[in-house]
Amino acid sequence: MNALSARGLRKSYGELEVVSGVDLAVAPGECFGLLGPNGAGKTTTLKLCLGLIEPGGGEIELLGEPVPRRAREARTNVGVVPQFDNLDPDFTVEENLVVYGRYFGISKEELRPRISALLEFAGLSGRGDAKITTLSGGMKRRLTLARALVNNPQLVFMDEPTTGLDPQARHLIWERLRRLTQEGKTLVLTTHFMEEAERLCHRLAIMDRGRIIAQGTPRALIAEHIEPQVLEVHGTGGEGWMQAWMERAKTLAPRVERVGDTVYCYGEHVEPLLRSLSSFPDLSYLHRPASLEDVFLKLTGRDLRD
Amino acid sequence: MTLRWCHVWRRNMLVWRKLMAAAILSNLADPLIMLFGLGYGLGALLPSVEGMSYIAFFAAGQLCTATMFTASFESMFSGFSRMHGQKTWDAILYAPLVIDDIVAGEIVWAASKAWLTGSTILGVAVVFGLASSPWVLLALPAAFLVGLAFSAVGLIMCVLARGWDFFSYYMTLVMTPMMMISGVFFPADQLPGPLLAVAKALPLYHGVQIVRPLVAGGPPPDLWLHAAVLLAYAAAGYALAIYFARRRFSS
Repeated sequence: MNALSARGLRKSYGELEVVSGVDLAVAPGECFGLLGPNGAGKTTTLKLCLGLIEPGGGEIELLGEPVPRRAREARTNVGVVPQFDNLDPDFTVEENLVVYGRYFGISKEELRPRISALLEFAGLSGRGDAKITTLSGGMKRRLTLARALVNNPQLVFMDEPTTGLDPQARHLIWERLRRLTQEGKTLVLTTHFMEEAERLCHRLAIMDRGRIIAQGTPRALIAEHIEPQVLEVHGTGGEGWMQAWMERAKTLAPRVERVGDTVYCYGEHVEPLLRSLSSFPDLSYLHRPASLEDVFLKLTGRDLRD
Repeated sequence: MTLRWCHVWRRNMLVWRKLMAAAILSNLADPLIMLFGLGYGLGALLPSVEGMSYIAFFAAGQLCTATMFTASFESMFSGFSRMHGQKTWDAILYAPLVIDDIVAGEIVWAASKAWLTGSTILGVAVVFGLASSPWVLLALPAAFLVGLAFSAVGLIMCVLARGWDFFSYYMTLVMTPMMMISGVFFPADQLPGPLLAVAKALPLYHGVQIVRPLVAGGPPPDLWLHAAVLLAYAAAGYALAIYFARRRFSS
């Protein structure tokens, strides 16, 4: 049985359909990523799966319970890390955990033996009495993550868990999320960091304009949707040079696209392209393997979404 | 009926306990200054009103008014801060609680805080000899009922509000005029008929009608009628607050 499944999920706000027929299946123990540009419908999909908003159509099952009808019961075994921290600013670090545990019917006495482990997990050992206002952004994020674990959930939803964090804080969160996966917890996270998705997720779905447009393991998505090698060329040598080289590149690579003053060439072999560059000394280039970000941009386009 | 709302009540109580001194001061200082300032100052110029000293007459009205203000401020401003500013309600909704639990917890909490204001004013009135009959003990549950009615109505405002300014309308257009026509400062009977009819349709008047006879030392006439109006406001307010809260949160 799936930890989470959704079929034909729909949700509209007025005339605007933000989720238009989403199908999802997340196996127990899996780390599943939902990727998409801003406004793709990721957060709305999470809220629907949690039973916080009424779907316009479709079926959801969360940990064996039909949602939204028995969402409250399902949430007993679910943790949530929201996009924006909503810790209780009037309480200390430890009080935040204790008060939150009570919402799940866990008394202070029951939670007490686990508090030090939760603080350790959050990298906040010895900071139990600290005020929330004295914590850094990364600390707050980790405490929010620890708070989501007070009920020892089977499944944790995370909405952009590392947005706004510096690299150190981000790497620590990634390490903790891997620990959770190793403990057998199911994770469902949204992100627009491809690197994060590639590192953490067993499987992911790319979402755009309320639909899932591709689904699979990170490797499979790259293999399926994009050529393995990428050559990025940009130059200060003037429009003429760039145009001239691009004409030549088009005969040597299966896919060439220009964005601003950068030309992206995708292909199986880019050696002929590299050789051709030797006669254009004013152009500089970057040769790299294709990544999930290339897949993402190919599928969702390069236009800004705000 | 579940008791899940107790968790919400308890959360608010724990925060209040941390900031207790300031909270009690702000809820009590104003009404007590008014009570003694107007009661003794203006009272010195007046003969007895309805067979009571003016300050005892005013104490009953002031008990209800202060209870109304505490309940309304807590459910509107503090409630909105928790709901909208801190997103505390969102965090609670990830747990196995639903919006109805939060609405119930917030209303009972605001009523509890208002009851504390009302009962402290009652205590002060007793200490200063403004009320001495055992009947006055019934003002304690009455104050809670007044608190429930205004907390429930205040919470409707809270879940309807799009911003802080919204509450100014309710306070200026509803609460202030209500305070003037509900028999707080002077007997409501001397109002022109239509205004008295408006007062009778509003909850504060009925709170005063219960508390004033108790302060004077006897059973309030039409006690059950007045209590029923307050209960009706509490019940209708609760139902409407749930309706609008569901609409706000589940759409």
